[in-house]
Amino acid sequence: MTRPRNYQTEAVIIKKTRLGEADSILTMYTFDMGKIQGFAKSLRRPRSKMAGHLELLTHSKVLLARGRNLDTITGSQTITAFLPLKSDLWLTSYGLYVIELVNQFTAEHVESPALFRLLLDTMHNLCQEETNKESTLRYFELHLLHEVGYRPQLQQCVTCKSPLQPVTNYFSPVAGGVLCPNCGPQQALSHPITTNALKVLRFFQENDYDTINRLKIEQALSQELEAIMRGYIKYLLEHDVKSVDWLDTLRAQMKQADASR
Amino acid sequence: MNQRSVPAADAINRLIEELNKLPGIGPKSAQRLAFYLLRAPREQASLLADTILTVKQKITLCSTCCNVTDTDPCPICRSDQRDQRMICVVEQPQDILAIEHTGSYRGLYHVLHGAISPTEGIGADDVRIKELTGRLQDGAVYEVILATNTNLEGEQTALYLNQLLSPLGIKVTRLAHGLPFGTELEYADDNTLTRAFEGRHEL
Repeated sequence: MTRPRNYQTEAVIIKKTRLGEADSILTMYTFDMGKIQGFAKSLRRPRSKMAGHLELLTHSKVLLARGRNLDTITGSQTITAFLPLKSDLWLTSYGLYVIELVNQFTAEHVESPALFRLLLDTMHNLCQEETNKESTLRYFELHLLHEVGYRPQLQQCVTCKSPLQPVTNYFSPVAGGVLCPNCGPQQALSHPITTNALKVLRFFQENDYDTINRLKIEQALSQELEAIMRGYIKYLLEHDVKSVDWLDTLRAQMKQADASR
Repeated sequence: MNQRSVPAADAINRLIEELNKLPGIGPKSAQRLAFYLLRAPREQASLLADTILTVKQKITLCSTCCNVTDTDPCPICRSDQRDQRMICVVEQPQDILAIEHTGSYRGLYHVLHGAISPTEGIGADDVRIKELTGRLQDGAVYEVILATNTNLEGEQTALYLNQLLSPLGIKVTRLAHGLPFGTELEYADDNTLTRAFEGRHEL
């Protein structure tokens, strides 16, 4: 069967690269084709009819025409605009972090409707006013890792398979999960994880946004969770996530502003 | 470029190769330009060559507004015709040309030379924000107009600058978002339409 020349799909725009004078290449995460790239002609001109529908962090219906190397985007219509993600400094930064992770962890043309669902749910959850943004990010990270095959083992010691006791265990990025106090210290790069942190990670892993939104997490615990997930993600990607630096910059600035007040 | 030996003089080949490096110029266009220059009067060619050299030698960044200029400070910063209490922040020097073309703004400018883009690793220190905050220390400026692009990076930069500058007691404004002139409403996206409604005004 020959593939049709034109096709339509639902996508979230996750990356934009400038090309030539006014064109762009977009990276999109789609419902039925995974990550794909598309060429958008004249997207950067003010009169572009598609520009507003193809901004980063937008959920759009996209029409594409097959090309020799790259498919060309011929039309687009916003499904969800996620306006809060585009008009708040922090929410934009969180949103950019989420789409950077999706871009880094996925290969082109590997479909995963579950990951697409997770991406949309995460963007929706970030837009809700009363949700804890840090928890949202941790939940997203854990479930993203699950979808791409790096789900951390949190139930039993990765090395000796013994059930984990409610004591301080060890998290090891190398082993891809938690180690018991006997095995932990022997593994390179492993660091202690408190019982509470382990419980919260398990809770995130096994529940959905509706449930985790009800959980209140103290600052110290939140920081521990972030450090664990950052370390694991950095180990898996073998490089830093760029938008993390920006989140750190914003946090440092907020601390400074609070101190001078 | 063609890898086989091209039966043309070496000097012409070199010119074609150099022109080929320019943005938007492919091998064929480069060839056409090279042969045009070859046939063009000598004065025209030397004028072009001189102009290119002058630009590279004389143009620097204005120490005040970071715009490209051949005198420091630049003509806009030096002018006493302009309102010294307003600074319009733009991403690129080209943006100043567009705003100046309208003739509707009489204040000063500040060029950031880029926009904050966390996913590309471009942070606040990689654009000229420090130079901007330096200009605001003496309290002479009462309004900063944020005229960064209306894409996510430009918006992010504007939001960041607002957070940074508002505590200094300076009025921070953002250019209006709305429907571009000469377009049709049905093609407008949610973001633009929402803001156009928010920013509607009585006639």
